[in-house]
Amino acid sequence: MKDIRQIQSDFPILSRSIHGHPLVYLDNGATSQKPQQVIDTITSFLQTSNANVHRGIYTLSEEATEMYEGVREKVAQFIHARSSKEILFTRNATESLNLVALSWARQNLKKGDEIITTVMEHHSNIVPWQILAKERGIILRFVPVITEAGILDIDACTQLLNSRTKLVCVGHMSNLLGTVNPVKVLAVKAHEVGAKIAVDGCQAVPHMPVDVQDLQADFYVFSSHKMLGPTGVGVLWAREEILETTEPVMGGGDMIKTVSKTEATWNEIPWKFEAGTPNVSGVIGLGAAIDYLTHVGMTHIWDHEHEIAQYVLPKLLDIDGVHVFGIQEAHADRGAIFSFWVDGMHPHDIASIFDEEGIAIRAGHMCAQPLLTAYKKSSAARASFYLYNSIADADAFLAAIKKAKSIFS
Amino acid sequence: MSDLYREIIIDHYKHPRNVGELPEADVHGHEDNSVCGDVVDVFISFDDQGVASEIKWNGEGCALSQASASLLSDMLKGKTREEIAQITEGDILEVVGTTLNPSRQKCATLAVHALYKGLKG
Repeated sequence: MKDIRQIQSDFPILSRSIHGHPLVYLDNGATSQKPQQVIDTITSFLQTSNANVHRGIYTLSEEATEMYEGVREKVAQFIHARSSKEILFTRNATESLNLVALSWARQNLKKGDEIITTVMEHHSNIVPWQILAKERGIILRFVPVITEAGILDIDACTQLLNSRTKLVCVGHMSNLLGTVNPVKVLAVKAHEVGAKIAVDGCQAVPHMPVDVQDLQADFYVFSSHKMLGPTGVGVLWAREEILETTEPVMGGGDMIKTVSKTEATWNEIPWKFEAGTPNVSGVIGLGAAIDYLTHVGMTHIWDHEHEIAQYVLPKLLDIDGVHVFGIQEAHADRGAIFSFWVDGMHPHDIASIFDEEGIAIRAGHMCAQPLLTAYKKSSAARASFYLYNSIADADAFLAAIKKAKSIFS
Repeated sequence: MSDLYREIIIDHYKHPRNVGELPEADVHGHEDNSVCGDVVDVFISFDDQGVASEIKWNGEGCALSQASASLLSDMLKGKTREEIAQITEGDILEVVGTTLNPSRQKCATLAVHALYKGLKG
């Protein structure tokens, strides 16, 4: 097992200094840094095996195809999909959710049907449904958040579910609160009324072991760049039987079997949903990221972040004038994401002072405006930790809050 | 101490000058920063000689945007409409800090842009 120093030494960017301070990167909720192993794998592919995929015959294309499709297998194993046929590569998780909206939902939902999402969602799990709802006369309902507790109001969700509900959308872990939602409970409830469930796993897959079959999900999406892989690659997992009966929405190369002047027949799943040349080097980079995460161990990563949360939360709450959104104590249903506000200070000023100390945190609406509105706030500051963040990083973070406070006192 | 948050910024943020509204103002400009939701309104009334006699501003947001608005309101006093129109982003950045990165420059120049909008009417 790698210790924290070994892990940190795998990430070249962490040896950078910012404004004369060693970089402390705490914006992992937005994107993660990349280990040398991922960088090397992409470079090596481009240097030695680059070719288009699924074009066959010559050696390079065979190699590129084998590597690209090999990652599909890796992804399937990583999230415990039944088969790699259920793994679709997209540009990012946002595109994955939009693809569900534009294909399955558009083909199966009609006027008067209902979609349930939650107030806790990232905008990408709200806006695609709003667009579809407006276009098709579908009713969009929201599961409220119990703000003091930082959790979804599951009883309210039960009340919202009915025979017209066709889809329930929920984030596995909140990007603002760090709350791990009871996806399996919601999946069972959704299935009881004949609805499907779409899960945004962007903040979960990088940080904890995920088993899409155990969760009883129907759709599950996540992004490569938040889990040590490159940007430009997203994943959509969907049950094979759903993909088989859904029509593709993008036409072009690779997604067809035959084309005449008047019509075309589709390729098998998953390729019928992957029109055009995919992000081959990006997908191969994602494969290296999964290898890295698997080598460290997802349970180990989750435990490490839990330790960070146990260390940070009480100290953070102890600072006068500091308030933390959501769950106030470290436990199994909370990740190492800390969104907070400080009396008398705007989040942007907090982030600026942190930047002067070499610490990268997020400030703003966090792409979760309905959730902030529920807390009667327009913006927040957020520190989100990952496997390469140490207790020393946590100490630097806590010291910077105290410094910010002293500047504004 | 902080390079960004020098005493003058903290002072104007915590003790903003000329805060308020002028419903009958000759110039009223409003600007918001869509990235962070900061807002500033600037109000100017001119006397018979065309000199800015009453200046008020109102807003909500980070220390840089609010302190800059306060500093700007002080700069406007005693100036004619023509002189006010000559004020540039650079003038306010000179006071607030020339080393701000582009996203923070937007905060610092929010009030200037509210002013420009007001002058355009």
